[in-house]
Amino acid sequence: MLADADDVAASYPGAVMPAVASLTFAARAGERTAVLGPNGGGKTTLFRLLTGELSPSSGRLALPAGRVALVPQTERSRLDYPVSALDVALMGAVSRMPWWRRPSRADRELAREALGRVGLADRASATFGDLSGGQRQRVLVARALVQDAPLVLLDEPFSGLDAPSAERLDALLNELAAEGRGLLMATHDIEQARAWDLVLCLNRVQIAFGPPASALTLEVIERTYGTALVPLDGSGRTVLPPHHHAHEHGRP
Amino acid sequence: MIEWLTDPLSQRIVVRAIVELTLLGVVSGALGCWIVLSGRSYSAESLAHAMLPGLVAAALLGVPLLLGGAVGLLVGAVLIGLVGRVPRLDDDVAVSVVITSLFGLGVLLGLAPEVPAGLNGILFGDLLGITDLDIALAAGLAVVALAVLTVLHPSLVAVGFDRLNARALGRSPVGFDVVLAVLLAAATLVAVQALGNLLVVAMLVGPAATARLLTRRIVPMMVVATTVAAGASVAGLYLSYHAKVAAGASVALTLVALYVLALVARVITDASGPQTARTARA
Repeated sequence: MLADADDVAASYPGAVMPAVASLTFAARAGERTAVLGPNGGGKTTLFRLLTGELSPSSGRLALPAGRVALVPQTERSRLDYPVSALDVALMGAVSRMPWWRRPSRADRELAREALGRVGLADRASATFGDLSGGQRQRVLVARALVQDAPLVLLDEPFSGLDAPSAERLDALLNELAAEGRGLLMATHDIEQARAWDLVLCLNRVQIAFGPPASALTLEVIERTYGTALVPLDGSGRTVLPPHHHAHEHGRP
Repeated sequence: MIEWLTDPLSQRIVVRAIVELTLLGVVSGALGCWIVLSGRSYSAESLAHAMLPGLVAAALLGVPLLLGGAVGLLVGAVLIGLVGRVPRLDDDVAVSVVITSLFGLGVLLGLAPEVPAGLNGILFGDLLGITDLDIALAAGLAVVALAVLTVLHPSLVAVGFDRLNARALGRSPVGFDVVLAVLLAAATLVAVQALGNLLVVAMLVGPAATARLLTRRIVPMMVVATTVAAGASVAGLYLSYHAKVAAGASVALTLVALYVLALVARVITDASGPQTARTARA
């Protein structure tokens, strides 16, 4: 068991309502869980709970003895920061060191290997901000690899990626799960969520948790996305209208 | 030519000023990189201005400027915290209101006939009045600041890059802020005697901003910023000696001139060689 939540709720200071409540789910080694929900539905709050940035206001949350790695949205990362792809991957080593230690030669080697695994060995010395969106996303996955955490959180890793980059990232994530890491991916893409092992639907409370085949019913999708859902005529399926992200879109 | 260089060195006060400026340049160059990279230039300037009333009060009371500046900084920080709590007032508005009020109060106090050094010395520094104690303080600051920045370097790089996810890396963004704020306050306090309340910001921000334009990695940026800070300030001192102009002002102007030169160089290289950044993004 990598993470185990039992009726967990979390609130921000000054807020009357909890940002997310009734979280009851488990993340296990080798399982890929898609976290679905609208903007403001509690996906980011869930990630903050799991990284330890936020403490539950009620309920019980058991976290891995090791660490949790977070792969943020590359659109939100700093492109003006003067670091190389290797520097960013090496940042993962910081989580395993006390504050007075410096990354060792072995850590640098690990960072190089991680860049190789994500297919960017030849871009190790490139400036992070000069890479494409898909490459940056893979560098951030490499950082999580260097961190060597058993549970990896991914925040909309496919947003803004072109099809070849998305395929490449998808294969990489499947590999990570196959080697026994637990993955939790925040996403807006219901079709993509159907392809993963489990789904966790949030809309300020937990709506559903389980295998997509049984958990992703029309009722669950409607309760997750509320009125934002548009039924497709005749097909029995529904789609989400184009939504507005709360963040700015960066380069592709 | 050689006299041009050696003449000033025959005067003890000039040698002291050179030693002081080199020490402050090393600290400001390295620390300034973190201030520029984390977008805190405005805070650095505010911090320096907030302590003006404290400095003037110290001059009036005849106590060390360092003490007055420290009290001034504390009062400024508390006031910014309090004004920031006023509903519907943004933090930067709070900072602006407090800083301009304090600065105005400082100038008002400084114009009192009882202030011995005069407002000039406090605003623009007294480079040629550097004492052994000033040099000892600057040397102590250099040792401590460089040690802290070296030891914490990997954590500073990681938090500065990805503040929102610092927790996931086991680091605290608040710790990052506190370390930078304490070093900045210490550097401002120690440097104010030599550089003055207005010019201390030029030394903290100017060389780092120059280095930002010329480098693409953090450590080279710090090396260039340190070299620029120490080199430009000594050059400015020579300029002031030979041109017989105010020392602090010529140091600040040299720093700004180097920034403009770097900016021009950057614009020219970007225009002639765009392939480095753009085609690599495929």
